[in-house]
Amino acid sequence: MTSHALAPLWLRHFTATSCLGRGLEATLEALEAGRSGLKPCAFETVALDTQIGEVAGVDEVQLPARLRAYDCRNNRLAQLALDQDGFCAAVRASATRWGPGRLGVLLGTSTSGILETEIAYRARDPRSGELPAGFAYAQRQNSFSVSDYVRRALELQGPAVSLCTACASSAKAFAAAQRMIAAGLIDAAVVGGVDTLCLTTLYGFHSLQLMARTPCRPFDRHRDGLSIGEAAAFALLERVSGSKDDDAVLLLGTGESSDAYHMSSPHPEGAGARLAMRRALEAAGAAPADIDYINLHGTGTPSNDNAESLAVTALFGTGTPCSSTKAATGHTLGAAGALEAVICALALRHGLAPAGLNRNEPDPQLAVNYLTANQRAPLRAVLSNSFGFGGVNCALLFGRAT
Amino acid sequence: MSVIALSAGIEGIGLLGPGLPDWPTTAAVLAGTNPYRPARTLLRAPAALPSAERRRAGRVIQLALAIGAEAVAHAGRDARVLPSVFASSGGDGDTCHEICVALAGAQRALSPTRFHNSVHNAAAGYWSIAYGCPEASVTLCAFDGSFAAGLLEAVSQVALSGGPVLLIAYDADYPPPLRTQRNIPDAFGVSLLLAPPNGPGAIATLVVSICQQPATRLDRPELEALRASIPAARSLPLLEPLAMARAGTVVLDYLDHARLAVEITR
Repeated sequence: MTSHALAPLWLRHFTATSCLGRGLEATLEALEAGRSGLKPCAFETVALDTQIGEVAGVDEVQLPARLRAYDCRNNRLAQLALDQDGFCAAVRASATRWGPGRLGVLLGTSTSGILETEIAYRARDPRSGELPAGFAYAQRQNSFSVSDYVRRALELQGPAVSLCTACASSAKAFAAAQRMIAAGLIDAAVVGGVDTLCLTTLYGFHSLQLMARTPCRPFDRHRDGLSIGEAAAFALLERVSGSKDDDAVLLLGTGESSDAYHMSSPHPEGAGARLAMRRALEAAGAAPADIDYINLHGTGTPSNDNAESLAVTALFGTGTPCSSTKAATGHTLGAAGALEAVICALALRHGLAPAGLNRNEPDPQLAVNYLTANQRAPLRAVLSNSFGFGGVNCALLFGRAT
Repeated sequence: MSVIALSAGIEGIGLLGPGLPDWPTTAAVLAGTNPYRPARTLLRAPAALPSAERRRAGRVIQLALAIGAEAVAHAGRDARVLPSVFASSGGDGDTCHEICVALAGAQRALSPTRFHNSVHNAAAGYWSIAYGCPEASVTLCAFDGSFAAGLLEAVSQVALSGGPVLLIAYDADYPPPLRTQRNIPDAFGVSLLLAPPNGPGAIATLVVSICQQPATRLDRPELEALRASIPAARSLPLLEPLAMARAGTVVLDYLDHARLAVEITR
């Protein structure tokens, strides 16, 4: 599908919880202070010399009794994030406005509750090999688990689906929701992403030698890999109605493409990334000059940042302010698209283009205008990039209503 | 509340399942022309992949690429320009198992290939590499309702873009011990090449809407057992009238509170 001008959507409400803190205030405060939430890895039984962005207090979260079957780290983090910023109340009001059957739930995740399965495999019966009692595949491991949990927790009756395109999962949730609303199937959607720390991703990125030992340094000359984080971020997308707030943030366009190049390495010139960004601009009816800030995918691996820099400069030149917020949050994988969408919404609302942390020495190969200090200025429109394994690319374009 | 209906034409079908090696054979079984003889699903390495990727392609990737290729060939379309929707309940169960076994061991040494094959969208990635397709691709999951969720996304894309979309829905069995928890007996996949209705290549037209009626069951017990046991086979009530070249309305499993009504016209 090439880009199509679908009606803009209003981010009626949004929230994010990551290692920067719970909710919007903590997230904004960390961005303003240039604070990172990365810490040396002491997660579960993981013995890797690396830094992670762990959300504090996830283990203490209690799910409602009626949804106890869904109990796993991923759904606990989802619940923790839903409880911030009055998000549940905003969804309830929307369900009253449109009807609970007219609200969809579209969430991105890459690993769902696989941590539960990893732990269960350690406790297999030594003779039969069977998993321990109490293992709940459908409610925890399956990729639908988080969307199923959230739609039950919010008591919504519309279509529900998980988007599972690795590190572009939750960016794609915004694009899929925009289509579902444009097609008339729903009037509003709870979109977002939830991904939690697990052994598969920590040891997996380690096996690919893509994980940094020190806190990741996106776009730095000596960058040597990513730092993994976890997050849950949600937005309530609605059709734009007459009564918008003055500081309303809109989803103006989305662009998607495939690299068709390699399963785990980006196209070296960033061809797919460029196509996704171009399509987002076309879908929004925007020109490159209209974009005041780009939140880069910016993982901190040598190959990603190279390819993304080439893609950005090919389309935008070298002037547009850019940064990656992954040195602050870690790469939250399937939640990254939604987390960075919320960061873009905060950027628009507060006129803050956030600095990329840990960029100590510029890389002469990377020609983008990379922000190393916060920039305070009103922003009209911003772009957020998310790319993933399998060569998936998704760019989201947000703007202010006024 | 008005019921929104989305329509699309079907131009091509691909299918692979237990005892069902392709769509023409399956159509003959569904139409009652031939008996259903269950047998282990036959999968083979996809010829369209470069040799390095072909070696790394596990069963679900073989399954997804085979049915996609059949649907595209049936429609006479060019795979390089097709946006795609992949729908799978469980992704690659063999890879999931191998990773969990490795992580339960002392060394925790994962294979990099295993790791990148573990993503739910691995089949979509291999598909785009096989055909050099730069178009948008989404991979989604709705547990047992994954086929319906994929169909809903695909017909929405057709309605909005006015162009063709390839739907590839597939599931394969987990090895033990996960199999005890998620008892999918074998591999089954179906692919539909969907395009705007009433095009010259359409073999049937679908009108899809969300409904509350119970899912349509199949009369023959052996086919109903297949429908009920593999998420992607929840598509069979839609495929039966297509095989019989009949019009009709069927209901497909999706969520406990919402299912898909599909009206089929010729």
